[in-house]
Amino acid sequence: MNFDYDSEQDDLREAVRGLLSRAYADSEQRRTVVKTDPGFDEKTWTRLAEMGLLGLPFAEEDGGMGAGPIEVAIVAEEIGRVLAPEPFIETVVLAGGLIAAVGTAEQKGELLGGISEGATIAVFAHAEPGTRWTPTAEGVTATQSGDGWTLTGVKEPVPSGARADVLIVSAAIDGGTGLFLVQGDASGLTRTGYRTHDGTRAANVRFEGTAAVALGAGGDQTAAIERALGEARIAYGHEAIGAMDTALRTTAEYLKTRKQFGVTLNKFQALTFRAADMYVSLELARSTALWASMVQDCGGDVVSAADRARLQVSRAGRHIGKEAIQLHGGIGVTAEYSVGHYTSRLTAIDHLLGDGDWAADRLAATVTSYETVDPLGAPYA
Amino acid sequence: MRLQLSPELEAFREEMRTFFTTQVPQEIRDTVAAHRHVSKEQYVETQRVLDAAGLAVPHWPVEWGGRDWTPLQRHIWREEMQLANVPEPLAFNTSMIGPVIAAFGNQEQKERFLPKTANLDIWWCQGFSEPDAGSDLASLRTTAVRDGDDWVVNGQKTWTTLGQHADWIFCLVRTDPGAEKKQRGISLLVFPMDSPGVTLRPIELIDGGFEVNEVFFEDVRVPAENLIGEENRGWDYAKFLLGNERVGIARVGSTKSMLAEAKQHAREVSVGGRPLADDPRMAARIAELENELLALELTALRVAANSADGKPHPASSVLKLRGSELQQAATELLVDIAGPLSLASFADDGSDVPDWARVATPHYLNYRKVSIYGGSNEVQRTIIAGSILGL
Ligand SMILES: Cc1cc2nc3c(=O)[nH]c(=O)nc-3n(C[C@H](O)[C@H](O)[C@H](O)COP(=O)(O)OP(=O)(O)OC[C@H]3O[C@@H](n4cnc5c(N)ncnc54)[C@H](O)[C@@H]3O)c2cc1C
Repeated sequence: MNFDYDSEQDDLREAVRGLLSRAYADSEQRRTVVKTDPGFDEKTWTRLAEMGLLGLPFAEEDGGMGAGPIEVAIVAEEIGRVLAPEPFIETVVLAGGLIAAVGTAEQKGELLGGISEGATIAVFAHAEPGTRWTPTAEGVTATQSGDGWTLTGVKEPVPSGARADVLIVSAAIDGGTGLFLVQGDASGLTRTGYRTHDGTRAANVRFEGTAAVALGAGGDQTAAIERALGEARIAYGHEAIGAMDTALRTTAEYLKTRKQFGVTLNKFQALTFRAADMYVSLELARSTALWASMVQDCGGDVVSAADRARLQVSRAGRHIGKEAIQLHGGIGVTAEYSVGHYTSRLTAIDHLLGDGDWAADRLAATVTSYETVDPLGAPYA
Repeated sequence: MRLQLSPELEAFREEMRTFFTTQVPQEIRDTVAAHRHVSKEQYVETQRVLDAAGLAVPHWPVEWGGRDWTPLQRHIWREEMQLANVPEPLAFNTSMIGPVIAAFGNQEQKERFLPKTANLDIWWCQGFSEPDAGSDLASLRTTAVRDGDDWVVNGQKTWTTLGQHADWIFCLVRTDPGAEKKQRGISLLVFPMDSPGVTLRPIELIDGGFEVNEVFFEDVRVPAENLIGEENRGWDYAKFLLGNERVGIARVGSTKSMLAEAKQHAREVSVGGRPLADDPRMAARIAELENELLALELTALRVAANSADGKPHPASSVLKLRGSELQQAATELLVDIAGPLSLASFADDGSDVPDWARVATPHYLNYRKVSIYGGSNEVQRTIIAGSILGL
């Protein structure tokens, strides 16, 4: 049991931090980037690819780096630290994760190679206006036609859905939910992109008899989707940790410099105690997120560990996000100052793949089936 | 003690409800209900409808359009207005500068300003806060120096809400830099926003909206007659004004409408084949919020029923503190009901996500302000601890 990074992981973190802190040296740079489509910086995306980060978790024979979830977590945390808007988790963890898990050898070679090189942006089109954080699909249906498939229905909101070169789409099939590949230029595909409150982009994606290819062997993929969503929840947890860390640091710094009533705000114990409570929330969430990545790394029950991390991170994100604004006073709600954007992003992360109440409900459903939670024992290790 | 309203008050409540729901244009009330941006024209139109019916400034002296209502009547008036999603009469006019001019202005100022203030012919904005004077308002630095028949104003204000719509500003300025206590050297000046030397810079907020501004003053000449009350007594007027501001700030009626709206949407959103409203956790969360709000409403009624002399009740800080927390909790609830749909925040009409779910997060982010302005929640706790508990 060891929560420390090894020296290679430390190096990775330093390298990613270096790259991202140059790309987003201040919040003004991020604001400029998120103002125009596609809502992230294509050059930064290329640099992430050059550093090997976009192929991090994929097998070397598929063009990847063969690294694991801890390395992914390191990158995600650095992304959160500066609120880099590049769709790393969407493309690499979620869409890439699904391709790696169920794709045919040929699909893996082609798509994962493209993602790793930064040439292909793939996203998972899964959320539907009528459902809420389920691993299944209802609103988009797939029909077999010849040796291919066609899709009909609507997915929304799809993160980076308008910019993506390839969509991995979940769709209802006989007896379950299948996964399909749709090319961005397919006929019968309409994508309407828009800005989300956190500066990133999402889209309404409409399928009208759109040609699609089954991902992998076909059939019901609900279990694979559940697992990929779990892995993405863990990664978003790390992104949130990075964001919370910056929000807390920024707040502590502000309390030391802002003067009211002739003294700096840190002279008011009522405020310093609240900053201390933010730190407590952050560290408890950090431990849980790190643990969940380790569970994933050693092949434990990712879905359950992800739910536990999600619950802790969600509660911490809300606590820290709200307090960061409040302790700043008026400047905290301005677009020019960074701290409100951190709160906005934390709010978005919370609602992307399941919020704290949702995770608590899933955990609640199983509490009578075990005696105690042992983070080092079955089913986690 | 008696629970029921008297038949007269019951009738009064009915009268208010009928007026607000039939005389204020539906389109304007729909805009408020949808948490969409209320335009200047919509504010003006509403306030003129209210003023014509004697409902814009019932709390002012009768001579200037007041109704001599009891605090309980005023409470009912305000609650019914919020429940009907009527944009409230502009607080800067009706709760802030109007009552101050009525109480401390000279006859000429009353005649010149009060009717236009009630009818929103003049749109006022509040120039109190400065970059280094927020919670610590008394340390403001904007100066006014006497030069012949004018005051010459230099300095900067910030957070000036809706200053872009304003015709006039009421401003706290330092007129005696040498005063022993910094509270003692402050005066209250009013002047037009288009006076030479006034510039306005909008500030964008995190929801993407523009409702606050920085305002800069460079050698702005203000006629001496625009001083309200006595020179160097501005702090007393500011305290009077802020006390008034706090009374209406619980916004129980508006939170009630949000909770009703939340229930409506929770019935429409389905999770695993059943309405989210049937989820025990969601139902319990709504019930708890409703109960907190009930406690707040009862406290507001207690305060209203007991403050016959017109002075703010000591518990008015409770109303601001809890009222702002509950407004924020209601906006957060709406985001959580929207869930993943809340991400479609700036989608246009091509979206399959309903409008309420799209505005949910920007509205939630915007409402972080309510625990900051009008005396932050920390300041309210300091008041409770200090003035009420003697700590
Ligand atoms: C949306 C919005 C609209 C506004 N509209 C107007 C307007 O129209 N006109 C106008 O004049 N002003 C307006 N304000 C300004 C508002 O009144 C101030 O923001 C408020 O007084 C807080 O000041 P500040 O922002 O400088 O925060 P600060 O005073 O710097 O406070 C920062 C944090 O420290 C806390 N704090 C400060 N002092 C203490 C203390 N002694 N003990 C414990 N905690 C403390 C505060 O509560 C806050 O959490 C508006 C503000 C906002 C956000």
